[in-house]
Parts: sequence; C-alpha cells; structure tokens
Amino acid sequence: MEKDELKKIIYELVEKSMGKKKLKQSDILKKVSADHGVDKSEVKAALRELMDAGELIFTYFGGSFVEIPPKE
Amino acid sequence: MSMKHQTPLLDELEKGPFPSFVKEIKRAAEHSDYAQDLLGLLELSYKEKVTHWKHGGIVGVRGYGAGVIGRYSDVPDQFPGVAHFHTVRVNQPSGFFYTTKALREICDIWDKYGSGLTNMHGSTGDIILLGTKTENLEPIFAELSSRDWDLGGSGSAVRTPSCCLGAARCEWANIDTMSITNEITQHYQDEMHRPAFPYKFKFKVAGCAVDCIASIARADMSIIGTWRGDIQIDQNEVKNYAQSGMDIQKEIVDMCPTECISWDGSELKINNEDCNRCMHCIAKMTKALRPGSEKGATILLGSKAPIVTGALMSWVIVPFMKMEPPYDELFDLVDRIWEWWDEHGKNRERVGELIERLSFTRFLKDVGLDPQPAMVKEPRRDPFFFWSEEDVAK
Repeated sequence: MEKDELKKIIYELVEKSMGKKKLKQSDILKKVSADHGVDKSEVKAALRELMDAGELIFTYFGGSFVEIPPKE
Repeated sequence: MSMKHQTPLLDELEKGPFPSFVKEIKRAAEHSDYAQDLLGLLELSYKEKVTHWKHGGIVGVRGYGAGVIGRYSDVPDQFPGVAHFHTVRVNQPSGFFYTTKALREICDIWDKYGSGLTNMHGSTGDIILLGTKTENLEPIFAELSSRDWDLGGSGSAVRTPSCCLGAARCEWANIDTMSITNEITQHYQDEMHRPAFPYKFKFKVAGCAVDCIASIARADMSIIGTWRGDIQIDQNEVKNYAQSGMDIQKEIVDMCPTECISWDGSELKINNEDCNRCMHCIAKMTKALRPGSEKGATILLGSKAPIVTGALMSWVIVPFMKMEPPYDELFDLVDRIWEWWDEHGKNRERVGELIERLSFTRFLKDVGLDPQPAMVKEPRRDPFFFWSEEDVAK
C-alpha cells in the first residue's frame, strides 16, 4: 500500500474515534495492520510522518494518546 | 525585584537546619516573574491545603510525544506568571558527568526561555527544567538540539535510562554501566520519544548488587552487575581486618543472607555454590574479597512505585547475561518482553503488574525463557509457579 494512502487511513481512524475513544499508538498499529494486512512497521513509519508534519499529535491524559491537534 | 506576594507559611520552611527550596525559589524570584508567582501559588496551596496545578494535555514539541510535561494553574488570573508552567525533561549524560560549560549552557537556555528553576535530577534521572510557557517550547527544543542535548522520556514511553557511576568511580562495578545506559538510550530513541506502550517503562543499570541507584525497586528492568565463579579471597588481608578490630563472625559471617561463609579465627571460607552474590561481604572487606573473574549482569523485571496499584520489586528473569557490546542479547530479550506487554497489557498497566495478572509461568513461556531456581523469590511460597496438568502427569 502507498504510504499516502496509509496515512489517510490512519488519519481517518483517529478522526473517527475523536470524542469516543482515545487511541494509543499501539491501538492504531494493531487495528490498521489487522484491517489492511500491512506490516506494523509500515504503519508506524506512516504515523511518524503524520506526527512530524504536525497533522497528528501526542497528548497525555493519564497515558499517552494520538489525537488531531486542536484548531487554532 | 521586590516580592509580589506575602508568604508567611512558606517562610516557616526556611527556618529549619536543612537547605530550603523556598529560599532557592526566592533567589530566583529576584529576576523571574515565574518564580514570583510560583511563590504566591504555593502559599495559596499551603493555605487552602489543596493543589492548584493541573497536568497533562496537549503540549509538546513537534514529532515528539515525550519530554514535556504540561502543567497549568487553575487560578491563572491571580498568578499569570505561572498560568503555564510546563516542565521540560532533558536527557542527562550517563553517570551524571558534566563539564561546567555544559551546565552553564543548560542554565543560560533556561534563564532565557523558562523560570530558571531546575531540579538536578528528577527521580527518573533527567535534568528537570521547571516552568515555561507553551510558546517557548519549540525555541527551547531548537536551542537544546543545536547544542546536542535531547529531551528525555515521559508518558507511556521508555523513560530516560539511568545508571550508577559504574567503573568511572567505583572499583566494584561488574559491568560498564555507562556504556550500557548510553547504548540503550541510543537504541531505543523511537520508543523514548514516541510513546507506544501501555504505560511507562524504566531501565536502570547498577554495577553491582549494592545497587546504589535502587534499580531493584525503581526500574521496570533492572540490570545489575554480577559475576560467575568463586569470590576471590586474600587470607592475609582477612587476618589484617581481624587484627584491626573487625568482628568477622558478627559483621560478615552472621550477616551473610545465605549463611555460606565460615570463619575459624584464621581462615575465611565461602561456599560459593550457596552464595547469592549480594556483595555484603565484599563491600565490608574491600581489601580482602573481590568478585569472581567472569563478569556479567543479572536481569530483573517488574518493579514500580505505588502509582495506580501497589509497589513491586523486580524479580530475576535472567540470572546471568554477558553484557558485551553491541548488547544484542539484551535488546532481543527487551523486544520480546515489549511485544508480550503490548499484546496483553491494559492501558496504564506496568509490565510487572501484567506478570502478576497473567502469571510468571505464562510470561516465561510466551517470552521464551526457561524457568530457573534463581527466579524463585521465596522458596515454597512463590506465587508465580503453578503445576500444569502435564507436570502432574510426569
């Protein structure tokens, strides 16, 4: 799978879960890997690009989670 | 700068014989608005007996999910200087060795962008820079990075590994603690900066079983230097200790936890098969006894402080591992443990708690470790060993 497509899948997963369940990085790796048959390391690399670009961020609420940054 | 806030309760803490953090914050308040309002906020907390801090949230630096701990005041209008008071964790050098130039560099950056208040070092071992605003985080990170500093771990990540001084200053170090710590830090950069675990994971490396850094009580994985083979004895030096007044029977023989030492007044004997390498005798008779010549480490797993659930001590999972660069055996073991923890751990469940929940037997089986007698904490009462149906059939 192309990395851009993978990034889109990850972003949409995080977006859909907003307000319902906070996702940990490992939740995303497991879910995307299982649903799309992609190796976890590929999912991790795509997630890292989203993080580095600031499209997703880590938050801390009694544990570390992946979320979409708040709109300014 | 005169004091903005009256602090009668905090002033009491300056009166004792010990160094006072209040005195230090007051010194910083002479040139820092952060410190001025910090005193005011703290006085209010002492008066009302309730904290006025909230922590967590969404602060950090781009690409990292660790190294910054968001902290806010719930009375920002009253104390605007500490409306944001984020903590920055900086990865300390192994063994806490600094040049004065390096320390000045850190302090200059912190005076420029933060409160100027530091904690050298936090309980995990990092350099703790206390108190800055959200908009200063990226500039601080840029300045630190440009001078080869990096942030440490926080949240559900590998926490900054730490160690004792090891061979740098201690003749009893059985392993090169500083090298191991540095290699772990470099090897697990991703796991340290991008939290991916159910909860935190701490490494601590001690050169010997004296365990000056208390790794057995404070680290999820404790790596403790040990040896194989017999303790080396210099009988002449033993006699010198006796002649200079040491009560060898009382101070050495009777204190041996496995009762493996005997002393007949002229010769010290050690039954090395029964020795658990606690270092007591060696540390007491430094000139007469030395560890065996084959050095390595015991790997222990599972300790934690009493957050969420009760405190645990680490227990042995590998009695002896040669600790030589590039430490592949250690990294391979760590990866297997993390995979197991990641697969089965609940949110905010430390690896030691997971082992207690699923059993030590299950852990050993899944991670691929063979049970060994050294793993048993308390003979006949160890809760981690259970007979399986196959065992009974045998």
